[in-house]
Amino acid sequence: MSAQAGTVPHRGIRLDSRLRATARSEWIKFRSVRSGPLALSATALTVVAGAWLLGDANRGSYLAASPAGQAAFDPVFTVLQAIELAQLFVGALGVLTVTGEYASGLIRGTFVATPQRAQVLAMRALVFAVVVWACCTAMSFAAFFLGQSALSPAKHAGIGDPGVLTAVSGAGLYLTLVGLLAMFIGVLVRHTPGALAALFGILIVLPVLFLSIIPGKITQNLGEYMPGQAGEQAFHQLHSGAYALGSWPGLGVLAAYVAVAAFAAFALILKRDA
Amino acid sequence: MIEARSLTKVYGGKAAVDGIDFQVKPGMVTGFLGPNGAGKSTTMRMILGLDRPTSGTVSIGGRRYQGQVWPLHEVGALLDARAVHPGRSAYDHLRSLAAANGIARARVDEVLEMVGLASVARKRAGGFSLGMFQRLGIAGALLGDPGTLLFDEPVNGLDPEGISWIRTFMRSLAAEGRTVLVSSHLMSEMALTADHLLVIGRGRMIADMPLSELMARDSGGRVEVRSADPQRMAADLRAAGAQVTLEPDGTLGVAGLGSRQIGELAAERGHVLYQLRDVTASLEEAYFRLTGESVEYRAAVPVAS
Repeated sequence: MSAQAGTVPHRGIRLDSRLRATARSEWIKFRSVRSGPLALSATALTVVAGAWLLGDANRGSYLAASPAGQAAFDPVFTVLQAIELAQLFVGALGVLTVTGEYASGLIRGTFVATPQRAQVLAMRALVFAVVVWACCTAMSFAAFFLGQSALSPAKHAGIGDPGVLTAVSGAGLYLTLVGLLAMFIGVLVRHTPGALAALFGILIVLPVLFLSIIPGKITQNLGEYMPGQAGEQAFHQLHSGAYALGSWPGLGVLAAYVAVAAFAAFALILKRDA
Repeated sequence: MIEARSLTKVYGGKAAVDGIDFQVKPGMVTGFLGPNGAGKSTTMRMILGLDRPTSGTVSIGGRRYQGQVWPLHEVGALLDARAVHPGRSAYDHLRSLAAANGIARARVDEVLEMVGLASVARKRAGGFSLGMFQRLGIAGALLGDPGTLLFDEPVNGLDPEGISWIRTFMRSLAAEGRTVLVSSHLMSEMALTADHLLVIGRGRMIADMPLSELMARDSGGRVEVRSADPQRMAADLRAAGAQVTLEPDGTLGVAGLGSRQIGELAAERGHVLYQLRDVTASLEEAYFRLTGESVEYRAAVPVAS
């Protein structure tokens, strides 16, 4: 061993190799703990088993419903709505991916190894998003097919029907965006319980507040633009009433919230002492 | 070499580190010593770019830490050994650090071997003892074979075998020409490990000197005397202007007269001396004398020593 520092691997360092090293480090961290597989398994179980149960339960009620009720029946959203519960697992995983390191103090080790903090956050978000998107998209398709077969012979949808492919792939994107929102909230709050409370408040309490407790047309309209409500429109096939935004605009609104949270998270992670 | 200039960190209007200047030189172990809350950890975090100085600068090898692209090749640090995900194995923990700095997988096995954790490398870190965490932390610091090493309280909570292992290890790292900075609140530990001392109290640098100098500086000129007739000896010494304390075992502690004068006096008065010894203050005493003013929280009633 020499007195001077060991040889630096790449003289004339390029940004892409530094980024690759950070991404690889974040990937190793993600796959070497159990919380990822656990949270994603819980999500998959909820979404897929939920689709079957919801399809099965709604088959009879559809057949017994009035013609107007039957016309308003959305076979895609009906079987995918277990996502409203499953998003809590993805959200918790997003929060823990960040707050876990703050709780143990590992965040300092991470920043000592990679002082480029923005890069750490960006690569962590990228690794998280890719894994969550792939898993959640796969489970959404599985849930869709299983749910539709459980709905039949009541009104059910085929993957080629108008808006269906968008809605099913939108479900995977929705869960990914919720996970990212959770991760950035984790950066802002840094403590697991506080971040979870903030996330669940935004996803669950806000819509209830706007859509149920405070009456009136304005709150109704505002409620439509809450992160969860807007994003959920992604996996509706029929867009009417409180779900008039449409799949892509709805996801766009949620993405805008994620972007705001990301902006604040990057600003703070650079500014604050670790 | 680590160099700080007027380094200051203010938290909520209170200076945790108050304009300190120091250099940490290669080839020796520099002890960073001070009571708890003196500003050691804050200083270390500023060296590593984790905390932003309120004013002043600190650099390693002339460069700011934040600007380093592959920092683990230059600097290794052990801050909080327990800062490991309990569900991650020691191997994966080190792999993630290594990957972040383009360090090969083989080096991970190598450092695990060096610190003696190879056999438990695949086990989840949650079950590790404190000593194993410290070894894992040191393995992490060594990953990039860095020229500069920082250890924050590395012997805290270790058993004697672990302490002696770390001590030997740090000394060998310095002997290889590396810059080694070790913080501790234990003077006795530093006395055995460090060549040079930086003593900090209440955010200010109290002393910056070689260990030997610190020990010599505050010896206080006390002489221990054992004689056949301690009572008569004490009376004669007092008559000659010395302050004398008589221990229950008959040993006399003498201040105000040198050992040479005491010897001559004993010969004149016909005393039989069994022992005549200059007492150097223990490092601990020197340290207390230095930091006495700067201990932040002290018990209202001083504990008898």
